[in-house]
Amino acid sequence: MGTFLTAALFPLNHPDHYFHWHVIEISAANAIVIVLMVITFVAALLLPFPGRRRRKENQ
Amino acid sequence: MSTSEIDRQWTTRLRRRSFGKMPPEKMLPDTQPSYVSSWIYVFGVTTISALIVVIATGCVLAIFGPEWWHVSNIGHFVNSLHLWSVEIFFFAMVVHLWGKYFMAAWRGGRAMTWITGMVLFLASVVTALTGYVSQTNFDSQWISTQAKDAINSTGGGAFFNLTNPGQMLMWHIVLMPLILVALVGVHVVMVRIKGVVPPFEDDRVVQVAPAVAAAPVAPGAEQ
Repeated sequence: MGTFLTAALFPLNHPDHYFHWHVIEISAANAIVIVLMVITFVAALLLPFPGRRRRKENQ
Repeated sequence: MSTSEIDRQWTTRLRRRSFGKMPPEKMLPDTQPSYVSSWIYVFGVTTISALIVVIATGCVLAIFGPEWWHVSNIGHFVNSLHLWSVEIFFFAMVVHLWGKYFMAAWRGGRAMTWITGMVLFLASVVTALTGYVSQTNFDSQWISTQAKDAINSTGGGAFFNLTNPGQMLMWHIVLMPLILVALVGVHVVMVRIKGVVPPFEDDRVVQVAPAVAAAPVAPGAEQ
């Protein structure tokens, strides 16, 4: 049942989607992962770390 | 046995050298500098955590074999855990790499830490490739026949044959894990010995401090 549900939600029985831009060719899946990595990187720089203020006060 | 004989023993010399270079308080520190409390510093340990899951699930796959991971529900599940922990491993490793690149983490005598990290990245790519061609499905057939042309163009095909499933499996489950685990050990010990690289402004404070300390104090400036 779970397998059928997953297959219905994420149908994989078709060719991959690709982006073409001049000499650059990248699959949508790889492009999404790269975008997610960039978002994670920026978020890691900007989001406050829990307990950072307390640790600075203690020093 | 005399003291001089004990001093000459290789065990004594190795112990003294190891504890001199790697004292226990540096290997397992109680505290870290305040600048480490940032999300950008968590991706190294995330990578190692993912690697532990990769190795654990890989061991389970090795015990039961391809028929099990292709056919049974629990086999599919463990196979998926192996794949997705690899995805997290690479994801976290790339963010870790970007973070360390923009910090210029090779500063302060940390070149070997950076170099072992880069070699680890390349070794991980080889491990992943040999894993993809060891799946024993149409995906692995396609990848191996495509990748063999790339390897052959480098001349490496003479000893690294992507269409030889036995050789690829041995590389994937014996050689590359040994290399990866050894390199991760060296990388982590290097981080412990040299410490986590400080932000640029802290580095400048450390460099400027001796000059400031040596400068003559102006009359009336003492507090």
